[in-house]
Amino acid sequence: MLGRLDVHIMSAEPIHTLIPFPDDKAAMLARLVEGLDRANLHWLSGYAAGLAAQPANAEPEPIAAPGAEAATHVTVLYGSQTGNAKRLAEKLARQIESAGLSARLLRADAYPLRELKSERFLYIVISTQGDGDPPEDSRGFVEFLTSKRAPTLDNLKFSVLGLGDSSYAKFCAVGMQIDARLKELGATRLFERGDADLDIDSVATPWLQSAATVAREQIKSAPVRANVTPLWAARTAATWTRERPFSADVLANQRISATNGTKDIRHIELSLGDSGLVYEPGDSIGVWPTNPPHLVADILDTLKLDPQSIVTHADETLPLERWLSDKRELTRLARPLVVAHAARARQGELDGIVASPESLQPFLKDRQFIDLLRAYPANWDAASLVAALNPLTPRLYSIASSLKFAENEVHLTVAHLDYDAFGHSHVGAASHFLATRDEENRIPIYVESNDRFRLPRDASRDVIMIGPGTGVAPFRAFVQERAAIGARGRNWLFFGNPHFRSDFLYQIEWQAALKRGELHKIDLAFSRDQAEKVYVQHTLRRRGRALFDWLEGGAHVYVCGDATHMAKDVHAALREVIVEHGGKSVEDAEAYLSQLAADRRYCRDVY
Amino acid sequence: MSTPALSPVEIIKADSRRLRGTLVESLADAVTGSIAEADTHVIKFHGSYQQDDRDRRDERRLQKLEPDYQFMIRTRLPGGVVTPQQWLRLDEIATTYGNASLRLTSRQAFQFHGVIKTELKTTLQAINATLIDTVAACGDVNRNVMVAANPLQSSAHADVYAQATQLSEFLRPHTRAYYEIWLDEEKVADSGEEVEPIYGATYLPRKFKIGFAIPPVNDVDVFSNDLGFIAIVDDGEVLGYNVSAGGGLGATHGDANTYPRLADVLGFVPRDKVIAVAQAVVTTQRDFGNRTERKRARLKYTIDDRGLEWFKAEVEKRLGFAFAPARPFRFDHNGDRFGWTEGENGNWHLTLHIEAGRIVDRDGASHRTGLREIAAIHGGEFRLTPNQNLIVANVAPDQRARIDALIAAHGLDGYRVATPLRLNSIACVALPTCALAMAEAERYLPEILGKIQALLDAHGLRDAPIHFRISGCPNGCSRPYLGEIALVGKGPGRYNLMLGADARGQRLNVLHRENIDEGDILQTLDGLFERYAAERDEREGFGDFLVRRGVVVERNQATS
Ligand code: SRM
Ligand SMILES: Cc1cc2nc3c(=O)[nH]c(=O)nc-3n(C[C@H](O)[C@H](O)[C@H](O)COP(=O)(O)OP(=O)(O)OC[C@H]3O[C@@H](n4cnc5c(N)ncnc54)[C@H](O)[C@@H]3O)c2cc1C
Ligand SMILES: Cc1cc2nc3c(=O)[nH]c(=O)nc-3n(C[C@H](O)[C@H](O)[C@H](O)COP(=O)(O)O)c2cc1C
Ligand code: SF4
Repeated sequence: MLGRLDVHIMSAEPIHTLIPFPDDKAAMLARLVEGLDRANLHWLSGYAAGLAAQPANAEPEPIAAPGAEAATHVTVLYGSQTGNAKRLAEKLARQIESAGLSARLLRADAYPLRELKSERFLYIVISTQGDGDPPEDSRGFVEFLTSKRAPTLDNLKFSVLGLGDSSYAKFCAVGMQIDARLKELGATRLFERGDADLDIDSVATPWLQSAATVAREQIKSAPVRANVTPLWAARTAATWTRERPFSADVLANQRISATNGTKDIRHIELSLGDSGLVYEPGDSIGVWPTNPPHLVADILDTLKLDPQSIVTHADETLPLERWLSDKRELTRLARPLVVAHAARARQGELDGIVASPESLQPFLKDRQFIDLLRAYPANWDAASLVAALNPLTPRLYSIASSLKFAENEVHLTVAHLDYDAFGHSHVGAASHFLATRDEENRIPIYVESNDRFRLPRDASRDVIMIGPGTGVAPFRAFVQERAAIGARGRNWLFFGNPHFRSDFLYQIEWQAALKRGELHKIDLAFSRDQAEKVYVQHTLRRRGRALFDWLEGGAHVYVCGDATHMAKDVHAALREVIVEHGGKSVEDAEAYLSQLAADRRYCRDVY
Repeated sequence: MSTPALSPVEIIKADSRRLRGTLVESLADAVTGSIAEADTHVIKFHGSYQQDDRDRRDERRLQKLEPDYQFMIRTRLPGGVVTPQQWLRLDEIATTYGNASLRLTSRQAFQFHGVIKTELKTTLQAINATLIDTVAACGDVNRNVMVAANPLQSSAHADVYAQATQLSEFLRPHTRAYYEIWLDEEKVADSGEEVEPIYGATYLPRKFKIGFAIPPVNDVDVFSNDLGFIAIVDDGEVLGYNVSAGGGLGATHGDANTYPRLADVLGFVPRDKVIAVAQAVVTTQRDFGNRTERKRARLKYTIDDRGLEWFKAEVEKRLGFAFAPARPFRFDHNGDRFGWTEGENGNWHLTLHIEAGRIVDRDGASHRTGLREIAAIHGGEFRLTPNQNLIVANVAPDQRARIDALIAAHGLDGYRVATPLRLNSIACVALPTCALAMAEAERYLPEILGKIQALLDAHGLRDAPIHFRISGCPNGCSRPYLGEIALVGKGPGRYNLMLGADARGQRLNVLHRENIDEGDILQTLDGLFERYAAERDEREGFGDFLVRRGVVVERNQATS
């Protein structure tokens, strides 16, 4: 039997030493894999796994090329504003099905984009709207298809029927665009595109006819072949670390709080490329920021230092500017730096602040180094400055995706720290760095795993997820993961933020998850939508009865987000719920929670 | 042959338990600012539409946020008459719950835009507290009844207005759904099964519109209504009405089965037959209107499908008497007359021009504030006109100076300087709130008017009284098919250019150029203005000129 070949092949060890079958086979295998690249090897491993998974008597035919197994069904995808394309697509699907073939009819916004690369046989019926724009329901699909993230589609066969109105300048523009793009991505056009004018049927009817005929010919004649089981996730690469981060391509940086709202929250998608990096829901990503260039410039200006002056510190020699932008902490203030600065500034006021922890604490919290420089001028030479500033540290961000859903990607939910203080605008180093990256940029990352924040191993357990603000990030990963593995347990999300209209992070995803039954309950607290503030702890109390029932039924509770207030308030609310609905004393309720924590059923990831 | 399936909305109505649907559940759903799809049809009967801010739709999709759902609320206000006290309350509601604007509609009602779901109930309660409601302002029922706003013949106007209000009450749905859902009325035994004596359980197949005109002014565009009453006035006394039926303007681009149509005059009835006639016409449409295809469900298609003779006979059968021959009447105008006019009772009326009906405070034009201040001192009433303008009505002679001072202070005196083109323009709402808009209308009006005016000026036609109308789609909410020049939206920045209506609401215009952009529109008009300047007869309107010179070939003439 072939075992987890991929792991062994990837290791440095000679292949034959690990293979549990006769030498001649081993030699053949060694020859076979010689010179294959990573992708070939992965494919091969999957092929083997696919063979292993087949019933013993099935005789698979040899395969010509990776992934060339033929279509077993036709996907009919439509994009429609006023229903014409929809109607035709439905008709086509019916025709295909009545020929005894299986057809999958999908509106473009219901199409799982990640499945496109494995799609084999695709008919698209789509209208053109606006000024040559896609219909509302197809914007996401067309954007994806035309973006650089679109996969190669060498194994796809397709044909497109465009609907339009020739009185518009861009007649059937969307149909044409899709048709050309699919071709460009390597797909095979089965037959010519149709461009239907307002007398739709004169073009649509023959096109549908061809579509049904071609489907019947092509799909019937295709031999049954082995399935390839992808085994990407089986690789555990410890190659990328905090010290040796992987440079991840930015796939998307999308604001997900409304433009007219107050907060700037980003959804960031990074490609794991060929890093081999893997993660589990609950893990975080460490990000190495570069300090904001304008901040570096401000500091250099204020201190009248030469950006190019060369500084050697701890065996490293760099121009001062590089030290400040890449190597030193500029936005987080620490006591030793303030002490050192006070010595240079010689100002009684600052000495007084440093002297007492009560005054120093808030002072540090509210200020960045630049504020210190502005309020208490002092001289620094380049070398002393580099020595006095703390080394830059990476920031952690909860992973907001599951690899089972966003294959080879990692998603983050980042609150862009951007505020005014002391008459100047301020930003957070890493959040600003992330918020200002675009698809041209790369971001140094590593995986910070967190075994204390894991989904229940028993997938039939219920989970209660409490994640206001960006605390919701890991729960997006949880819900994706639980949906992907078909977990039987229920998922209950508590979310909160200032405003429903502007700050309901991932709103349309939660709505879709509810509809699909991947999320079972959601309770919301939008603090500033009514006269009295309402936070997650209030909704927890309001749902106390059901919450306690879930806990008694074995549910796991997760809390993520703000540590200063939220986590404490949530803890108190949970305790109250247990007191009230469990008939326990406050001490017993506290013990109940401690026991949950000890059983890893009460997990927190707060910051 | 099997009977064709009922249209989906018919099923929603039938299942709605007299217009309750699942509105209560929809309002409670905290995950979305929208209501269930079926409820979006039901809520119309309560005077509200679910909309979203289309300017933000695409951006919000990328932000993984649902569309910015919000609700438009339309009042039921027969003849468009409100007291100053009501005005002040409505104004306050617009600030508290809406987008700080009041919108006067082309059917003499108010619209509030931008009310969010969680405040919908409070808003409707606040509106009801002003003794104005929104029942049946939208939906497949009789809509806001229009009444000539022209205040010249005060006593005839008062008389017609009273009859119109009675009719509006008569045709009001009987369901208590509105009161239960929005005003917390206790349920009673027949809740969900109330008898609807006029409408029945599934109401009408489609919206139904009634207008009352008082010749010679046709401000209500009476022939665009499903049912029209043309007052026959003799010596200040309303003798009765010529009845017209089968008007309606909505159409769908590229679908020849849909078209604007002007009403036919059926004949004359004495004044005490108004309600009986309306009941006969409405129930005929209820029983014979098309319930399988909504696009073809207006009364105009029932009449065209079955024939005018059949229709008239059916109505007369239900009435139990025959129409008398129509009395002679003449319309000379379908616009408004601006400025002060004296009524019969010695009081004065001031007609103000409100561009596209939108009352809002802008730099240098604090219209909303100004009208609030007028309302605070005004002893008469306000009348909304069918052309989206406003009449400060029944002003005592000694109050005129104060009101003049206020309108000057707040830039409400635009009517004094605006050219006839601007004064006689109507624009529908369109973007960003109207879900059906294909192109801009209200927001584009000032700009396109400026450009057309420049052409007129260049041809020495500055004061040509041309009626201009623009709609963002072929539904025709600004009654564009009755504009001498009209733009009907086809796509972003693109319109069908329609030409050649009269300015009396009795001749539809025709499509002159399809799907063109601003450059083409202006170029086409430029050429036509040049000819008009050179070749028109004295006092000949632009639309009439185009027809006489064969630039457009007329397509439909209302019977007169
Ligand atoms: C506010 C108003 C236009 C204005 O700028 O003043 C208006 C606005 C809308 N109309 Fe209208 N119609 C308005 C007078 C008209 C008129 C003119 C008239 O009645 O004198 C017409 C043409 C006459 C007719 O009905 O034939 C008109 C024909 C339509 C139609 C087409 C109906 C048809 O038979 O095809 C629709 C679409 C529909 O009903 O499916 C429509 C639908 C709409 C909706 C509700 C869009 C929708 O269904 O989602 C628009 C809301 C836009 C918004 O954001 O506020 N509106 N609509 C008018 C409100 C009148 C009122 O107070 O009741
Ligand atoms: C396990 C873990 C998971 C995390 N997950 C996430 C996540 O999913 N999403 C996320 O956005 N963050 C997350 N964080 C927080 C994140 O790591 C950073 O701390 C955060 O982004 C700020 O970093 P920064 O570099 O932008 O700001 P910094 O440069 O570190 O801070 C800038 C300055 O701003 C001050 N400051 C901080 N907040 C404010 C404020 N609101 N107003 C005024 N001043 C302020 C600070 O005191 C400091 O002086 C997580 C942290 C941990 C430990
Ligand atoms: C607002 C609007 C804009 C349109 N723009 C275009 C266009 O730019 N090009 C085109 O070929 N057709 C255009 N059309 C025509 C539609 O593509 C055509 O009506 C089609 O049949 C609609 O199909 P659907 O019902 O599936 O959306 C437009 C239609 C509308 C309503
Ligand atoms: S005409 Fe069309 S765009 Fe204008 S308000 Fe009516 S439905 Fe909307």
